[in-house]
Amino acid sequence: MNLLGRMGWGDVVFEPALANPDSSDLIAAGAGGVVVLGAIVALYCLFHYRLWGVFWRGWLTSLDHKRIGIMYIAFAMIMLVRGVLEGVVMRAQQADGLDGGFLTSHHYGELFSTHGTIMIFFMAMPFLTGLINIIVPLQVGARDVSFPLLNALSLAFTAAGGALIMVSLVVGEFSTGGWTGYPPFTGVAFQPGVGPDYWIWSVALAGIGTTLSGINFVTTILKERAPGMTFARLPLFTWTAFTTSVLMVFALPPLTVATSLLALDRMAGFHFFTNDLGGNMMNFANLFWLFGHPEVYILILPAFGVFSEVFATFSGKKLYGYTSLVIATVVIAVLSFTVWVHHFFTMGQSANLNAIFGIATMTIGVPTGVKIYDWMATMYRGRVRMSVPMIYSVGFIMLFVIGGLTGIILANPTVDYQVHNTLFLVAHFHNMLIPGLLFGMLAGYTFWFPKVFGFQLDAFWGRIAAWGWIVGYSLTFFPLYAVGLMGMTRRTASYTIEAFQPWMLVSGLGALVVLGALVALGLQLWVSIRYRKALTVEGGDPWDGRTLEWSLPAPVPEWNFAHIPMVTARDDFWEKKRTATVDATPATYTDIALPRNSMLGPLFAVAATALGFGLIWYIWWMAALAAAVMPLAIIVRSFRTDIHRVIPADEVAAYDLAFRETRAALVPVGRDGEETVANRGRANREAFE
Amino acid sequence: MIAASFRAHVRLVPLLLSVLFLAGCIPDGISFLTPAGPVADAQKEHLISITVISLIVVLPVLIGTPLIILRYRRKGGARYRPDWAYSGPLEALMWGVPVLIVGVLGWQLAKATYELDPTAVIAGDPPLEVQVVGLNWKWLFIYPEQGVAALNAMPMPEGRPVSLHLTSDTVMQSFMIGALGSQIYTMPGMETQLNLRADQVGQYRGVNTQFSGAGFDQQSFVAQVMTPEDFDDWVAAARSSGTALDAAAYTQLGQSSTPAEAAAMFAGTGAPAGSVWFSEVETGLFGSIIGKYMSAEGVADSDQTGSPSYQPVQSEGDVE
Repeated sequence: MNLLGRMGWGDVVFEPALANPDSSDLIAAGAGGVVVLGAIVALYCLFHYRLWGVFWRGWLTSLDHKRIGIMYIAFAMIMLVRGVLEGVVMRAQQADGLDGGFLTSHHYGELFSTHGTIMIFFMAMPFLTGLINIIVPLQVGARDVSFPLLNALSLAFTAAGGALIMVSLVVGEFSTGGWTGYPPFTGVAFQPGVGPDYWIWSVALAGIGTTLSGINFVTTILKERAPGMTFARLPLFTWTAFTTSVLMVFALPPLTVATSLLALDRMAGFHFFTNDLGGNMMNFANLFWLFGHPEVYILILPAFGVFSEVFATFSGKKLYGYTSLVIATVVIAVLSFTVWVHHFFTMGQSANLNAIFGIATMTIGVPTGVKIYDWMATMYRGRVRMSVPMIYSVGFIMLFVIGGLTGIILANPTVDYQVHNTLFLVAHFHNMLIPGLLFGMLAGYTFWFPKVFGFQLDAFWGRIAAWGWIVGYSLTFFPLYAVGLMGMTRRTASYTIEAFQPWMLVSGLGALVVLGALVALGLQLWVSIRYRKALTVEGGDPWDGRTLEWSLPAPVPEWNFAHIPMVTARDDFWEKKRTATVDATPATYTDIALPRNSMLGPLFAVAATALGFGLIWYIWWMAALAAAVMPLAIIVRSFRTDIHRVIPADEVAAYDLAFRETRAALVPVGRDGEETVANRGRANREAFE
Repeated sequence: MIAASFRAHVRLVPLLLSVLFLAGCIPDGISFLTPAGPVADAQKEHLISITVISLIVVLPVLIGTPLIILRYRRKGGARYRPDWAYSGPLEALMWGVPVLIVGVLGWQLAKATYELDPTAVIAGDPPLEVQVVGLNWKWLFIYPEQGVAALNAMPMPEGRPVSLHLTSDTVMQSFMIGALGSQIYTMPGMETQLNLRADQVGQYRGVNTQFSGAGFDQQSFVAQVMTPEDFDDWVAAARSSGTALDAAAYTQLGQSSTPAEAAAMFAGTGAPAGSVWFSEVETGLFGSIIGKYMSAEGVADSDQTGSPSYQPVQSEGDVE
């Protein structure tokens, strides 16, 4: 038996680069080198600076929802860097792609496949899951999510999927079948190598993590709300988190089924999607998009939630049309299950079916349009401050409606027959996902960063990053609409029509601006960490916030609420500020039980990675061992009873009273000083005067 | 001085934009923006009408948002009502207008979808039947009535409807001639249909839009629209100078190759560069291509055209 399965020395990415390199091989080896180097540097830092203990106790084994959320977002940002770099390489290839370019079509195929897979499953999903993790318990007045250990396991599965996709840069290759992985092209007859297996197992593991997260968040919002926090008082972000989580629970299983069936085809000789013996790739397309379309709303709804919070806060005003927004959110969630056929109008089904799914698709435009108008009405008669989260949000509104317009265009089967599979489609979904999802996540990151870390992010670099994303996005993707209408197919490494090239050059330039925006984001973080003392907001309310989380200290203590609040209004904290009852001290403090650390998270991350790696390379002993470890660990853990740790009431009281004293002593700052060092996290009452 | 130089630069902007648009102007024959048949023509019109109607809901946002931000900026001194959060008439407008517009667009959508159904035969003369096979990475066109075939070129008569029956003998592909009409998937073991008509003599670009591996970006062909007389001449020429499309020749086509590589295997058929004319076609070839995936024995990887392990068994009858 071969201990390394079907792996050989030739599978390591550096081998072809040393043997007989072309530009594609060198780029691949460079990317693999960066991964290896990054891992070595990270390990060196952990041991050299003796951070291993802190990292293990404070982070890896922690069950604190805030720390798990931060790890999710840190992971998402690392993957964002890889995804953007891949995007820039692809734009460069197409700018240079008239009759050639520097990449082979195969390498280009790997790039668009990893780019899509990473951006959806390992950037967008962890980012929003992290944000929900951190914010939802704070907004509903809870001490943690319902199942803290399950939360750590969700992260472990997601991280394992991400690890596999990083490993694919070094050992073996990735699928060229795109992020949708349509068979039969991803079947074993056409891609016998490990590429599609990397795709299957990284997506399958991430999918399991997401399903578990969905269950956890739904339960948390249903069961952990503070007294008085009725559904009609839930902040909009929590509402969108709730609907997204419900979608996660119902939409991810079709993906798990589709990838499992494809894996059976590839590994065990089944014929679900093969060309022969009754296999039918149309079933895969249906299963995949039965997941894939709700997935789009899983991605976008939390961003809508962030925008709702941001527009209200930075307009100093109640959110307009709360009920409309909630109804629109739920309507979108329901409709999202009724439109999946629009991803393949061109598959040859009857006009009846296409017409019905086309109309259903357009219908989603109604609640989405209502949301946009609600946000505009929120700014109307407000006092609008163009702070960094607001720049993202306004950029979102202006750009997203253009994507909405092209979405309505694509919903028409007759026009889709022309622009399907062209760069018009690529421009459309980037139009939805960059201004929609990514701007939302970055707005949320800037908005809640001080709540989580206790200091603001630098506004100067924040503005540069925000404008960079807006300009860079526009330059990169609007040209793609034009060439798409001209019939330029997507996923094409080179082309022969000269008229495409000027547009591709502009698009390439835009990609450089996006790269600049990414650098600005990095600089923003670095500058902010460097000047964190000056940027401190210990009062916890830097933006004159409206919802419960802003009543807490920044950074939030691990128990969140010293005393579970009694909620009396929709914007509870805002109303308490209005009536000046913020500083009322709770009469009594009680002991607080918190979940103890558990090493199950890191154990599962390693085991799930090993399971995936073993299945990809047919290293059966490794897969079997990993598959056995996970249930065993759960059984062993279930016999432990000392899973809680108690924080004594005295400690809680001391912390809370000290915080209240500090906050009371702070100089209240007006909104003019919001982005300056004068802002220590206590807002004055100008809105009420 | 800075202002003057700024003004000078601003004057350059329209110039630059016009250069960009001139350079990017749309060449004939590649897309439905320069349509050459009734289907593409209707699609272009439909695109424009959807865009115009949708602008009714989009423009207020694009214009209104900057105005609201300007008017209600923090230091703007406009009326501030922090508790204003509901207005009945506004709600009715917000929900009502989009519902009306989606109603209109939806009605239009259904009408257009039935009218332009790819399977609906286009009115006029009896259609010319063409069977299309997608291969790695080229297109094969079989003309059953004429008994000829063409690789990477689709000669067709002007003004006569064409009825295409399509399949794939490799992975899923998607067939499109933008200037003429709709795109449709081609899938192994299945047949899809597409109906087109070209109203202008000319050369129109056809492509596979579904990524299918290394040679994907070279998988384009030319739809050569000619007068009916020229089409008859072409049929005669293909019959006399083309090579036979028998099992052995088809086996060669089944190997993964770019159009240029495939054409090089069948030189001297009188076809333009990159394409091949076939003088006769084995009867029932199209049906057998679809049928081979229906067998109860299955198709071994080495017999699957387009698979990297494709090793045809009977390759003794080489054409060259």
